[in-house]
Amino acid sequence: MVSAVAPAASRRWRRPPVFIKSRFWRIAIYGGFFAYLVLALWSIDLDWTRIVQGLDRGRRFIEGFLTPDFTSRWRDIRQGMVESITMTVCASVVGILISIPIGIGAARNIAPWPVHAVCRSIIAISRAFQEIIIAILFVAMFGFGPFAGFLTLSFATIGFISKLLADDIEEVDEAQAEAIRATGAGWWQIVNYAIQPQVMPRLIGLSLYRVDINFRESSVIGIVGAGGIGATLNTSMERYDYDTAGAILILIIIFVMLAEYGSSHIRKRVQ
Amino acid sequence: MPIGSNAADNTWSKHTRRGEWMIWGGWFALAVVFVLSWQVMNERTIWAFVEDAPRQGADLLSRSWPPRWDYLGNLWQPLWDTLNMATLGTLLGTAMAVPLAFMAARNTSPSLLFLRPVALFIIVASRSINSLIWALLLVAIIGPGILAGIIAIALRSIGFVGKLLYESIEEIDETQVEAVRATGAGQLQLIDYAIVPQVLPAFVGMTIFRWDINIRESTILGLVGASGIGLQLQGSLNTLAWSQVSVIFAVILLTVIVAEWVSSKVRRAII
Repeated sequence: MVSAVAPAASRRWRRPPVFIKSRFWRIAIYGGFFAYLVLALWSIDLDWTRIVQGLDRGRRFIEGFLTPDFTSRWRDIRQGMVESITMTVCASVVGILISIPIGIGAARNIAPWPVHAVCRSIIAISRAFQEIIIAILFVAMFGFGPFAGFLTLSFATIGFISKLLADDIEEVDEAQAEAIRATGAGWWQIVNYAIQPQVMPRLIGLSLYRVDINFRESSVIGIVGAGGIGATLNTSMERYDYDTAGAILILIIIFVMLAEYGSSHIRKRVQ
Repeated sequence: MPIGSNAADNTWSKHTRRGEWMIWGGWFALAVVFVLSWQVMNERTIWAFVEDAPRQGADLLSRSWPPRWDYLGNLWQPLWDTLNMATLGTLLGTAMAVPLAFMAARNTSPSLLFLRPVALFIIVASRSINSLIWALLLVAIIGPGILAGIIAIALRSIGFVGKLLYESIEEIDETQVEAVRATGAGQLQLIDYAIVPQVLPAFVGMTIFRWDINIRESTILGLVGASGIGLQLQGSLNTLAWSQVSVIFAVILLTVIVAEWVSSKVRRAII
């Protein structure tokens, strides 16, 4: 094949750099990142004897996962699952009920600014901390058990739903609110007839998604004493009872998948 | 939204009579489920502890104030470990997620019948187990330390990055792929020149977003024995040193806020 274009280096097409156009900053940033990577990898302390010991446990764990034992601790497992599910239901319902007024209050276009500021700070506090950390505090205050877990999940739900609801209300089509306002409607009527129909499908979708998240979280907050299947899992790991741990993990995966498929199925129908 | 009018009095109403019954039935069913769950959940709740909670809360607050700021010196090393767990875990997780996403995407999967379902299953399974549970398992297998934390974070991140990446691969503009294919490019060149440039900004965005989430997650992995600031938290909680706990909370809060700021800055610069 005879090339029409002279193979001079200057005429060769070169792929332009993707992100950082300036050569200096590109080298500096990538170089800095590489240096960090070396430092970070340096900080891993490997204890080979411990890992070799652990490999045997890993094998036993995988065996336990493949031959799960549902029967011998079935009562504990059942109780943990029931606690997780009921915690999820109660926390989702209560959390969403509280989120709605807070979400409306946090929307800049329909709430006066003092209300807006208060509601936005509630949301910020709820979102800043991990569920586990909130659970530690609630367990210390309310004692061990599912009630503390219920409060934790409700609290986390408020941050999630209120924020997304408020953002959604701020993005509604103003023309519809204008039209309702033109009929002489008051604040409540505007919220009910202009805002609510626009955000309702998304609110239902978000709520279902949150139910799904709450179940996932309810399976871990038991590790710090807040009830649910996580407590059972933690106990069985501490007893090196890998057959039961495997059974619990399988149940968690199945339930999370069911919750995810169920909620995405309903979401598709609602929206 | 169905709009019907009641034939009897000819006033406008939002829903048909049947629709209204359905909606009330739905709400009623939800209320029944909620009440039942509430009862089951609180069978063993000791209400005396719950009533006592405000006093307990005030007690905790008085113990944790003033924070023991000189404890801060013990926190730099764990904080460094926490950051490393999050960053290395994110890198390892994304490295594993990329090939999985290409296998899972309908338009790039080498085999729709076999590899695609396997990849999808790995993605869903990774998403359904919380990183705290992964850490619980890995600490039992390879022993406490930063390595267990890194792998736990990585295993949890696979599902997140994998899912978002394969969805964005499926949504690419096929005409660009066509154009590159017309030059006689092979499969790998097709991916490199037609697909990667289209999904790269989204990919970097979601990786940074996951890194931000992972910073939060890695602060608590120490609770189950992986390294990091959570280990310090666990120690302080066990010795009821609440004035140290408040210092740790402050450090965690600050770290999370900084990570969120960095992540939103970088994402805005890219997308």
